[in-house]
Amino acid sequence: MVNRRDAIKKNKLVSSMKGEGTLLVLLVVLILFPFVMSFITGTGMNEGVTKFWQGQLIIFFIMAVFAMSYDLLMGFGGILSFGHAASFGGGAYTFALLMKHVVPPITHNYRITIGSVNITDAIVLIVVFLVVLLVSILIGLLFAATSIRLKGAYFAMLTLALGSAMHMLVKATDFHKWTGADEGLHGVPVPVWLNPTQNRLTVYFVSLAFLIICYLLMKRMVNSPTGRVIIANRENEDRMRMIGYNPVTYRTIAFVSASIFAGFAGALYSIWNTSATPTMVSAVMTVNALIITILGGMGTLVGAILGAAIMQVISQFFYTWFGARWPLVFGVLFILIVMFLPYGIIGTWRMKKHDLKQFFEQGKRIIAQKKTLNQEEEA
Amino acid sequence: MTKDIILEAKSLTKAFGSLVAVDDVSIAIQAKTMHAIIGPNGAGKTTLFNLLSGVLPPTKGEVFYKGENITSLPPYKRAHLGIGRSYQITNIFPNLSVIENVRLAAQAKGKDNFKLFRKVDDFHEYVNKAYEVIGIVDLAGRANDFARDLTHGEKRKLELGIMLACDPELLLFDEPTAGMSSDQVPELISIINQIVQQRERTAILVEHRMDVVMSISDVVTVMNQGRILAEGAPSDIANNQQVQTAYLGDLYGELA
Ligand SMILES: Nc1ncnc2c1ncn2[C@@H]1O[C@H](COP(=O)(O)OP(=O)(O)OP(=O)(O)O)[C@@H](O)[C@H]1O
Ligand SMILES: [Mg+2]
Repeated sequence: MVNRRDAIKKNKLVSSMKGEGTLLVLLVVLILFPFVMSFITGTGMNEGVTKFWQGQLIIFFIMAVFAMSYDLLMGFGGILSFGHAASFGGGAYTFALLMKHVVPPITHNYRITIGSVNITDAIVLIVVFLVVLLVSILIGLLFAATSIRLKGAYFAMLTLALGSAMHMLVKATDFHKWTGADEGLHGVPVPVWLNPTQNRLTVYFVSLAFLIICYLLMKRMVNSPTGRVIIANRENEDRMRMIGYNPVTYRTIAFVSASIFAGFAGALYSIWNTSATPTMVSAVMTVNALIITILGGMGTLVGAILGAAIMQVISQFFYTWFGARWPLVFGVLFILIVMFLPYGIIGTWRMKKHDLKQFFEQGKRIIAQKKTLNQEEEA
Repeated sequence: MTKDIILEAKSLTKAFGSLVAVDDVSIAIQAKTMHAIIGPNGAGKTTLFNLLSGVLPPTKGEVFYKGENITSLPPYKRAHLGIGRSYQITNIFPNLSVIENVRLAAQAKGKDNFKLFRKVDDFHEYVNKAYEVIGIVDLAGRANDFARDLTHGEKRKLELGIMLACDPELLLFDEPTAGMSSDQVPELISIINQIVQQRERTAILVEHRMDVVMSISDVVTVMNQGRILAEGAPSDIANNQQVQTAYLGDLYGELA
């Protein structure tokens, strides 16, 4: 048995190395992309198509993290929330509000230096992101609290209501002076080195690093003791309780961690747009994450990344190809995908691989049985 | 036979609307015995298990575990006290591997449930425990298959494996042989015996197959329409005129 276990471990290691290998290649491609693109097209790093495609990829990186955080909830935890945009938009608004209204008076009057180096911007940015973290945790806790008593459709409806409440809050005219109400907050002052117009390449690499760090963290999480219990919550809440886990505790962990990832993604999105708008808090945003996750495959982080890439390409090219009708075309495509790849692209692929393996193993077993039968007959 | 009482129910009652599924049931389970509960369909056996394990709150009455009143404790806290339960209708984690089903149960009582950034495989204690358990329930050959792909008989074994991996002191078996063909039963019985006796554990066994009940239990309680009809040693129950005339004679012809 020990040998068998070692063999299994070895197998797992090999297959995970293969997976990591593919990702590593992709990573190298993404790192080289702006340079290659600039070389091929002959445009500078910060101009023309090279700049444009960096932007497209930045949006993809950020949406991929948001979709993965949604997958953490829905695909791994089995928690269907229609209010997840509250965390994304919460992060975006927290960042934009602080940068626009709180930070300028401070940086105007104070400066922090180490020797002769001015580190005010850096310190301020760190503090702002800490506040984003705090707000994300609070939003996560708020949603977790609703899941204590409600289940199924009632719970899903309440998340929708909570999300809508947040949406209405940012649109409220009472706070127009602060939030810009319907128009949202524009011209958020981002430090020059992180400004997407002036230094797009930096934003590109920051977003790419953000995606990789979030992916690695979430991948660790879903394979940790805690993460496995969160998955158990998706599979069978009753049994989970009976073997000694309190579902509320683990759902809360899922909510809070998903909210943190979404909140940071939102803050980064606000840097990219130098704005925060009500759309970022709206149900449309949540549904985007839902579609991306379903496209790629629920419960597979890689699927969320792939789904986000596909969505980015689709939203880019479909408009030029199909004009104003593109959502219709996309709708039909989506229905076809759901019909033929019910577990998403990655999910269905893994399933098929598993089925094939089952099929071969069964065949092997039958052959082995026949062999022993024959041998017995001969004996 | 004066042993400690590990679990005691006092006037437990559970009503679903006008239907009283468990009606004023008082029962005491002696530690380190196999206590069988029998009764016809709808007698209230599963409902009684739901009350003992905390899945349902009782309408009336109390439950004591090792002298402590646990009536209002949720199931997960009862699990930590050492009460394990298996289900009549298979209740597993379908899209997880067999080994993961059992490993999760093994992990529950440990101190590592809140390690968010450590790999599960690094906690050998639970992995090893899980392999030990699937060895006992004879599922070692299917460790890495999805639980949903198991045959019915194998799922019944996994059902027991999950309970066993929790390392409970008191085990509630709800019809472990449910839906199994007769030729599969002896193996399952030997597994139950292994689980219970080798470890010196207490068990409450709800079971329809009378031959099984009579051969492995120390005490038998007969339930009918939510109430306790009789209680005693297996031989006494088999010969109990009241029980027989009430229903055993008809339902379990093999006894008469
Ligand atoms: N959640 C519920 N809501 C309403 N009625 C219920 C519920 N659970 C059980 N009952 C009813 O309570 C009665 C007792 O059911 P229970 O499942 O406890 O019987 P049982 O002895 O386990 O029967 P079986 O041998 O068929 O498993 C039945 O009439 C059943 O229909
Ligand atoms: Mg029952």
